[in-house]
Formats: sequence, structure tokens, C-alpha cells
Amino acid sequence: MVPLSYYLVLSGILFACGVLGFLIKRNIITIFMSIELMLNGVNLSFVAFAAQWHALSGQVFVFFVMVVAAAESAVGLAIIIAVYRTRQTLNVDQINLLKL
Amino acid sequence: MSASATPLAVEYVRILPELVLSIFGMAVMVLDPLIDERRNQRTLGNIALLGSLAAIIATLYQSQYPGPGFWNMVNVDAFSVFFHFLVTTVTAIVILTSYDYMEVQQIRAGEYYGLILFGAVGMCLMSSAVELVLIFIALEISSISTYILAGFRRRAAISSEASLKYFLLGSFATAFFLYGVALMFGATGSTSISVISQVLRSGQIPVLAYAGIALMFVGLGFKVAAAPFHIWTPDVYEGAPSPVVGFMSTAPKAAVFAVLLRIMFEANAPGRLWLIWVTAALSMTLGNIGALVQDNVKRLLAYSSIAHAGYLLVAFAALPSGGIPAAMFYTASYAAMNVGAFAVVSHFASAGERYVTLEDYSGLGRRSPLLAATLTIFLLSLIGIPITGGFFAKFYVFSAALQANLVGLVIIGVLNSAIGAYYYLRIIVMMYMREPREEAPVPAAPIGLRAALTLTVFATIYLGILPGGVLEYASRSAAELMRQ
Repeated sequence: MVPLSYYLVLSGILFACGVLGFLIKRNIITIFMSIELMLNGVNLSFVAFAAQWHALSGQVFVFFVMVVAAAESAVGLAIIIAVYRTRQTLNVDQINLLKL
Repeated sequence: MSASATPLAVEYVRILPELVLSIFGMAVMVLDPLIDERRNQRTLGNIALLGSLAAIIATLYQSQYPGPGFWNMVNVDAFSVFFHFLVTTVTAIVILTSYDYMEVQQIRAGEYYGLILFGAVGMCLMSSAVELVLIFIALEISSISTYILAGFRRRAAISSEASLKYFLLGSFATAFFLYGVALMFGATGSTSISVISQVLRSGQIPVLAYAGIALMFVGLGFKVAAAPFHIWTPDVYEGAPSPVVGFMSTAPKAAVFAVLLRIMFEANAPGRLWLIWVTAALSMTLGNIGALVQDNVKRLLAYSSIAHAGYLLVAFAALPSGGIPAAMFYTASYAAMNVGAFAVVSHFASAGERYVTLEDYSGLGRRSPLLAATLTIFLLSLIGIPITGGFFAKFYVFSAALQANLVGLVIIGVLNSAIGAYYYLRIIVMMYMREPREEAPVPAAPIGLRAALTLTVFATIYLGILPGGVLEYASRSAAELMRQ
């Protein structure tokens, strides 16, 4: 049997990749995909912990995360289209009307 | 978990406000295409207003049936009723201020009112949820609605940009919150707050629980705009439609603070003191310093809301007996004054949100004395001048912190309040001591706005003169919360 720590390390790496992608990528779609990667890292640790505790609630949680992620993507893509229509670009460096 | 397969009728009463809001939200969206284009904005607004009023009544009815529901997913107690009442009232006031705004900005009303009601469903659920699964879903219901609302002036580039920034950073923060939940689940084997609380109180605290709390705090800290997770706030507040900003700077924040109160106090979160201490001090300082240099009123109020999140967090570092009621009182009085302030700002901004800089406010005292006077009351309350709600809110928070021997934090807070007075007074000086500019006429306030302003002014003054009733209720619900 694969030990729990392997899963947790992998999920940590996935999450970290997502964070890194979010911070360094400049294309909105890629940034958006990085967020999905973070969520998948989280899902992996949920499943691993659910197996460890023999508790189904962890696995159920994963379903909810997936459903919510789908809803979020629908809204996110719509927002991205709205931005593209007004700005004709998907580079975050050029979306800078509001000073940060 | 209870064995019965079907929920009892009384359990539906425990989610009655949410049901009512959902039904009215769906009704608004279904009726939108059926009503004549020219008349539908006002009609749909009326339906939405009716829905929020019905939800307030449902909340009052619900308060007589406290207890758990739906297999310990929700728990109706005095604490949740308090936040339900707050959220539904804010929703009603925001709808009142939106009538006129919708027409001036030519925004389609159906989805707008629908999303406000759906967002309120999420916020209500957040305050009564006692299970991290439901808290997560409720948080997302409220967040997704506000992401869309932020971009509602979709032809204006800054509005869609605000929406995009809010969405990207919001989902980023949600992922952190979820990772925290996963680690908490790993540490305790449950996602129920009461079970987590039992495990954490039983001695040996697993290291994972510390990491879990910290990550959850990152996610929730983002939603309440606490530093260092506040970067999005000024941009989003500047770009989003003003009534929406009034909504999302108060109702979702109150709901997230309710969640934080449950997690931090009821679950007895380990290591909360230092986490909160640092965040509170940073939020107060960065918020106030940032606000000093702003010349856009919406941005200024955004920084002020970061600072207020900081003051509120001070209560979280205090002891439960003093901290919880102080935090609850603060959310209520902050909601009253901030919704009111944004109502004035959104009326004054007029078509295309043209007049939002400090310069535009010069001479407002002469051009529109009543509107200027109400804004002054809200600003004085935000400073924390006596006989306004803001004064007692700060007073209770700081005295709760002093009881817990947090002298350093209180000193930082008081110094920050002094800094804060400067930029709020700047707006007041602009309004009363500068010559009016000709080109910015102020239209007369419509009836909806008048009603909203009357309510918020009344609430602000009431909380400043007779804070006893609300505080006593808050203390009672805090005691109930800690007993569970």
C-alpha cells in the first residue's frame, strides 16, 4: 500500500505548481487553469485523508469542490469574454486601467 | 448524525429565509422576459424588495425555532438569527438604493436583482452553517454572485476589469481556504465544527490543524479584505457599480465574519492570537495610510473598509465573552454606516459614474444640503464620533481587547483611528468649505433612496445612542455559541 505521505506530498506539489502558475503566468486563461490545478491538489488530499480516516465525507467533499469549480469556470469564462470584448487582450499586464 | 431519512418540517423552518430568498430570486429571473421592457425595472425591483422583506419576516419567525437541521448541517441560534437579520436588511436597503441607479446606468434589472437575492442566500447560509462543506458552498454562492455583480456595467472597461480581478483573486483565495479545510479534515477526521472543536479541545493538537487554520484564515481574510490579502479591494471597489460595492462591502463581510467567529471561537482555533494580532495591526495601518493619498471617493472608502476590517479583527484576538459581542456589534454598525455612505455615493455619481473624485464633492453642502448632511453623519460614524454607532463599535472592540491585555494592539488601533479622522474630515471639508462646481448638478433623491437613507441614518444614530439592546442580544448569543 502506498503510504499517506506520498499522496500529501504530491498534492502539496500540485498546489504549489498552481500557486506558482498563478503568480508568474501572464495569460488570463493560463492563470485560470492554475487555479484549477490548485483545486485538484486539494481534492487529492481530501481523497487521501478520506482513505486514512475511513470517512466518506472527505470523498463527498471532492464532489462538491468539482461542482463548485465547474460553476466558477462558467462565470469566470464569461467574465474573461466580457473583458476581451472591451480590451481586445488577455494579457494581465495590459489590463491595468485600475492602478494597483 | 440522526437516523431519520427525511427532514422534519421544523428543519425547513430553519432554512426558511434562504428558501424565501431563492424563490423570489428565481421569480425575478423568470418574470424578467415576461414584463414589458420599459416597465420591468421598477416591477422587478419591487418583487426583489418584497423578497428581502419576506426574508426578514422569515428570520423573525425562524428565531422561535432554534436548533440543528439537516443532519447537523445548519444550526439556528441567536447568533445566526442576528446575522440573518443583518444580511437580509442590508439586502433590502441595497435594493432600495438600486432602483434609481438601474435606470440612470441603463442596466438590465432581472439578473441584477436575482443575483443580489442569490448572493444573500449564500450569506444567510454561511451564518447558520456549522459544517465546513456547507460553509464552503455558501461562501461560493455568495462569492460567485458578487463576482458577476462587480462586472455589471459590462460595457465600461473598468467594471469588467474589476470583476476579473475580483474573480481571479477570489478563486485563488478560495483554493487556500479549501486546502485549509482539507488539512483540518486530515487532522481531525471530520468537517463538522462541533467535532473539530471536541478534537481540538481534547489536548494534543496535531500540527496539521495549525496549518489548516492558517490556510483557512488566508482564504477568509481575503473575503473580508484584511491586510495582507487586501490588494484587490481598492480596484474592485472603484470599478464595481456603487450600490454593489455598498452591498459587497457589508453583507458578505458580515457573513464571513460570522464564519470566522464560529471557526476561531467555537472551534477554539489553535494559534489564533498571533495570526489575528498581526493581521489586525497590518489591516488598520495599511488601510488608513492607503486612504490618506486617495482622491477617488470609492477608493478612499475601499481603504477605509480595509481599516475597519482591522478594527473588527481586534475583537477576534480578545476573549470570547467580550470579543464575540463586540465583533457582532461592529459588523452591525459598520453595515449601517457603510451601506448608507455608498448609497449617497452611488446617487451622486450619476450616469456612467462620472462624479466620484473628491473634487466633485466640493460645495455639495450648498448644492444638496440634505444629501451632504446624511453623508456627513455616516462619515462621522466611520471616524467614531460619539452619538453615532461607530463610536460604540470601536469602544466595545477596544475595551474587549483591553480585558484580554492586548495593550499594544489597542494603542495601534487608537492611533489609527486618529489617522482615519483626517481623510474622512477631508471629504466633509470639501463638501462644506469649497465653492460648488457648476457642471455637476445633483438630481433630487428618489423615494427609494430616501427610504434607504432614512433607515441607515436611523440605525447609525440608534446604535450610537441606545447600543444596550443590540449589545445585550449579542452577548446572549455569544454565550449560547460558546456553550455548544
